[in-house]
Amino acid sequence: MFYRENGQFKTTYRRDLQIFPIAQDRIGLLLLLALAFIAVPTMADEYTFRAILIPFLILSLAALGLNILVGYCGQVSLGTGAFMAVGAYAAYNFLVRIEGMPLLGAILMGGICATGVGVLFGIPSLRIKGLYLAVATLAAQFFVDWTFLRISWFTNNSSSGSVSVSNLHVFGLPVESPLQRYMLCLVFVAVFALLAKNLVRSAIGREWMAIRDMDVAAAVIGIRPMYAKLTAFAVSSFIVGVAGALWAFVYLGSWEPAAFSIDRSFQLLFMVIIGGLGSIMGSFFGAAFIVVLPIFLNQALPALGSLVGIVINTALVAHVELMIFGALIVWFLIVEPHGLAKLWSIGKQKLRLWPFPH
Amino acid sequence: MGFFLEATLGGLMTGMLYSLVALGFVLIYKASGVFNFAQGAMVLFAALAMARFSEWFPQVLGLNSKVLGNLLAMVGAMLLMVAVAWLIERLVLGKLVNQEGITLLMATLGITYFLDGFGQTLFGSEIYKIDIGLPKEPIFLLQGIFEGGVLVSKEDLYAAAIAASLVISLSLFFQYTSTGRALRAVADDHQAAQSIGIPLSRIWVIVWSVAGFVALVAGVIWGSKLGVQFSLSLVALKALPVVILGGLTSVPGAIIGGLIIGVGEKLSEVFLGPTLGGGIEIWFGYVLVLLVLLVRPQGLFGEKIIDRV
Repeated sequence: MFYRENGQFKTTYRRDLQIFPIAQDRIGLLLLLALAFIAVPTMADEYTFRAILIPFLILSLAALGLNILVGYCGQVSLGTGAFMAVGAYAAYNFLVRIEGMPLLGAILMGGICATGVGVLFGIPSLRIKGLYLAVATLAAQFFVDWTFLRISWFTNNSSSGSVSVSNLHVFGLPVESPLQRYMLCLVFVAVFALLAKNLVRSAIGREWMAIRDMDVAAAVIGIRPMYAKLTAFAVSSFIVGVAGALWAFVYLGSWEPAAFSIDRSFQLLFMVIIGGLGSIMGSFFGAAFIVVLPIFLNQALPALGSLVGIVINTALVAHVELMIFGALIVWFLIVEPHGLAKLWSIGKQKLRLWPFPH
Repeated sequence: MGFFLEATLGGLMTGMLYSLVALGFVLIYKASGVFNFAQGAMVLFAALAMARFSEWFPQVLGLNSKVLGNLLAMVGAMLLMVAVAWLIERLVLGKLVNQEGITLLMATLGITYFLDGFGQTLFGSEIYKIDIGLPKEPIFLLQGIFEGGVLVSKEDLYAAAIAASLVISLSLFFQYTSTGRALRAVADDHQAAQSIGIPLSRIWVIVWSVAGFVALVAGVIWGSKLGVQFSLSLVALKALPVVILGGLTSVPGAIIGGLIIGVGEKLSEVFLGPTLGGGIEIWFGYVLVLLVLLVRPQGLFGEKIIDRV
């Protein structure tokens, strides 16, 4: 009734090619942006910023990057944490070693360094496929972890790779309070989401999808697998690297290599799978789910325990959390293997016809 | 020279244990096309069950004999692993037939989280001991040839012997029993196997049970070496490059891959470690695998991957 494209005619090529061809989608997106930029900052409290919104934004950015590689180009990577680490430590080095380096410049340079490492570890993807590739990307994870732990040059000679940044400024504005941090992340996420959305519906995006669907067939019709795969690795690890730098600078403040361990890689892969492979929107859904679930379980379990008269200590909560997390993931994969984005599009499809059955 | 031999032998022993875990991966991948990330969690789960059962059973039943207690605990843990296998087939894999490989991989990751949490909820999360009476004292070999001889841990020797006998008996089981033949048929082609009347779901339960058994043996050996605790499940991360190096579909590949990585890791740590800053055994296996895969994308002994449009 409300969500219908009747009467919206595409009379020019420009209108046919726009990102959101349906007017309701455009309005909805503007409302969402208004909510994120205006309403949330006035309403959310410090805890919500720190515990939910900032991690959600940064991890959705990382999931977005990973989704380009796994969801659009079909190259499974278990080394995302490593690319995040490269982004974080490279940005740190640029910030500390170069006098007067602006924060934004350092973060973007971190992304560029991550691109280089990503392409390097993407080269095997030209020969290796599927599960073999997934395990091969673990090499990046372990090697990078070790590098930042053992080679002290990368961490400005600090012991055990733990470094910290403080006193961040963007264009003269301080990035100190949770609200300012949130705004910085939000700007990054909005810009990168727009870029990614445009990228995947351009020629290169279609090449990625062709490679994903069947790489031999794609090569036969004239798509260069090397170019397509390596650009996917480059774009993906750039975004992931920027997310890593944000995670380190804005969310953590001080960090060590363990912040980008293999668990982080798995977590991001979960976000992409649960959110929906090959969907920009899905990355956000997945990140929201994975960020909020542990917080919710953490709050709900002790309360639930006291309700039935069982005292649940923290260790037990952690274990039960693991169980529920694992079970939910399996359940999700069984019920909706195409992720939350699929549910979203089913919902939209239903809404188009509502209240009529056909 | 004696030192070199010692490091090599040590590496071979560790490698044998890696292949034991790797074997679990290969068995399941061959029979169901699932890359079972939960193998490490299964090792931990089985080891936890074994450790706690060997504590509980003698208490409850009032037994004094350690051997009998261990034996009962082993049987109990094995039954538990069969139950786990059955549940996984029933609740997870049976519902995910015909899904893509990545979805199945993710499902096993979910199982990993569940088993890690469940095992520690059920059995507790402290460090437990498994004592199956492996001798701890070292022995010296070849004392006549080298000065001081070559130091070998007796425990490692026994563990390697157990692993080797397990591998041989599994190969015999696969080669000569009718169940083994059915397993190989399913591994070759699910549909063809089904069409001649092999029940897929039962085969999967059997394979996961066998993998559970392998996990139990690996868990007992690793557990008696290092103690049973959460970090035991990380052994799986060590075994991953072994599986890939040998080839996902090859049982001998898992063994040889394990030995190569075990020895390579030890030697590189001993000879390159001091110059590179130590700890390189964390990534050695993975980087080695990466380089080998560049030359042989299917691993050393895996089936050749043929692309058809």
